[in-house]
Amino acid sequence: MTTKTKAAPVPQKPVGDLPTILIKPSKGWVSLRLDELWAYRELLYFFIWRDVKIRYKQTIMGVSWAIIQPLFTMVIFSLFFGRLAGIPSDDVPYPIFSYSALVPWTFFSNAFIQASNSLVNNAGMIKKIYFPRLAVPLATVLAGSFDFVLAFIVLLGMMLYFGITPTINVIWLPFFVLLALITSLGVGLWFSVMNVQFRDVRYIVPFLSQAWMFATPIAYPSSLLPEPWRTLYGLNPMAGVVEGFRWALLGTKTAPGPIIIVSTLVSVALLVSGAFYFRRMEKTFADVT
Amino acid sequence: MSIAILAKDLGKEYRIGGPQKTYDRLGEQVVDMMSAPFRRAASILRGDAAGAAELKKRFWALQDVSFQIDHGEVVGIIGRNGAGKSTLLKILSRITDPTVGEARIYGRVGSLLEVGTGFHPELTGRENIFLNGAILGMRKTEIIRKFDEIVAFAEIDDFIDTPVKHYSSGMYVRLAFAVAAHLEPEILLVDEVLAVGDVAFQRKSLGKMSEVAAEGRTVLFVSHNMGLVQTLCQRGIVLQEGRIVFDGGASESVECYLRTLETMGQEDLTTRTDRQGAGEVRAIDLTIFNGENQATSMLITGSPARFEVTLDGWMYGMTCVLTIFDHLGRPVTKFQSDVQGPDDEINPELGHKFVCEIDEFLLMSGNYRVDIWLRGGDEVQDYVQAAVKFDVETGLLRGRPVRATPVNPVSMLMPHRWRTPE
Repeated sequence: MTTKTKAAPVPQKPVGDLPTILIKPSKGWVSLRLDELWAYRELLYFFIWRDVKIRYKQTIMGVSWAIIQPLFTMVIFSLFFGRLAGIPSDDVPYPIFSYSALVPWTFFSNAFIQASNSLVNNAGMIKKIYFPRLAVPLATVLAGSFDFVLAFIVLLGMMLYFGITPTINVIWLPFFVLLALITSLGVGLWFSVMNVQFRDVRYIVPFLSQAWMFATPIAYPSSLLPEPWRTLYGLNPMAGVVEGFRWALLGTKTAPGPIIIVSTLVSVALLVSGAFYFRRMEKTFADVT
Repeated sequence: MSIAILAKDLGKEYRIGGPQKTYDRLGEQVVDMMSAPFRRAASILRGDAAGAAELKKRFWALQDVSFQIDHGEVVGIIGRNGAGKSTLLKILSRITDPTVGEARIYGRVGSLLEVGTGFHPELTGRENIFLNGAILGMRKTEIIRKFDEIVAFAEIDDFIDTPVKHYSSGMYVRLAFAVAAHLEPEILLVDEVLAVGDVAFQRKSLGKMSEVAAEGRTVLFVSHNMGLVQTLCQRGIVLQEGRIVFDGGASESVECYLRTLETMGQEDLTTRTDRQGAGEVRAIDLTIFNGENQATSMLITGSPARFEVTLDGWMYGMTCVLTIFDHLGRPVTKFQSDVQGPDDEINPELGHKFVCEIDEFLLMSGNYRVDIWLRGGDEVQDYVQAAVKFDVETGLLRGRPVRATPVNPVSMLMPHRWRTPE
């Protein structure tokens, strides 16, 4: 067969102002390219919008699921742990004690589970078009904040009902919301990447989330633990988030203190390591999913 | 002219599943299954993703690919299945990394590897236009500006606020293509997305593509449709087994590609590796018989013919499709076993064999090729292009001589009768 190939390309001068993309093999740890993620912020917005929009499509209860989940868990906890077991609740009524923890917890748990499945669920797209992959789990987690707001409004209603006025600590609340967000994203990033490789993760995550709930001071106060164990408890970043929420909103007497510092460190470490791990494995997504 | 795309020694290595392990005893299998997680965990810790999935065999989907494309060029990428066309497009679209080499792209890139990427069935047409547009890299303001145009192009005005899950497949595809067609990057990478919708819409899409090509934008276009490559592109790059074997004019590249197909028809089917599908069952032979029951590579217009496809196994719901292409690579006709007629016969004595009988072979003289497509167990098992080639000689069609004419050559005949006054 006769073949001919064009002579080796003669490099010419490219047009100066055009954006240039360099494609080459990436090895090892790579930069996060947050600038690129920023350039794709509109796509991120559309992903969040899509996730919020379709979350409760074809359900009878619709968005009320966002409230039913934590509310019913609160009722069950109040009955079994509050009434029957008589677990102490830091001098606030048990229902609001557990609900104020369940609001950030439900956000975390849903965000974690959904972020873990986000890459696999969007595999079709990942195989067909390029965009910063970080947008996928990030959008999933951020879309969950919509549910969080709804559940939080109910919490405000409950505070009104129980006659609890927030103390000055409440100015710290945004910090704890951010901490919940960072934790969810950090854990979600790790598990979303592992899920691409091993679908076992799909089965592990719901189980892990359940175990994690009982390892977090939701049904009971962390004040049950003596120091220094209480500070070490902060290694579970959600312990810091939950105790912080209570302290900021309900003014529980035991200020969380060192536990928050430990939780914040762990949470940030999870996010940063998760993001780099994600970027390192990213190039394999299209080939493996 | 300035450079749009510059590729230097691009290569992509894939690791694919090695041969299935066989176990003599159940015990062995259990031990293997139990120890697998630990082996895999060890691989993950080493950061070796593919190894973790126990993918052993390696092959190069693309090798030593270098080329330069200038702004304004419309280039067709052609080649057989598994020649590396899609891999090349995926690398240039940044979906996957090359294993070696590098490429530089100067300008905004839009890539269309499929239409309707990211479409969500629960969202309305309007919502999907925005979502899909954003995924393709359009700005929100740009989508708003082109919105009416997109809707008009898709011909779905009345259904724009209906969830797309209620759309017919035609409407869905039209909307998806309409969004893609309004993408306006400097460089467009396209993978056979034109073969969508009904004939009228295909023509419209083609018109749009020619428009794009005429506007002086750079287009890289992967296709199996040789006619399209010849009409749309000025230049063609032919890939074979991951390497560039030809880079030149569109018509010459199509000729080159068809020659590579010609050499294939004579190969033994069992040795062919350029096939697709799950491969649990594969075609191992395709033999053509003439009216005298002799195996042949020459059929006669108007006479009977028989195609026999032998498989190396069988599975539930096995079906076979034979597609005949003419020498220009245009599909002419196909025989489908999954659509049944009253004359079909089920005969277990055939073993692993599909037999397709044709009473009157109605193609004009010329040379043709046959693609085999096998489906079973709800997935494509085997797809071989140009499994066999054959010639057709003119003969008699129901007693009427068939005459090939150089003016308006046709490939298809119909039995007919004339009524004339004299």
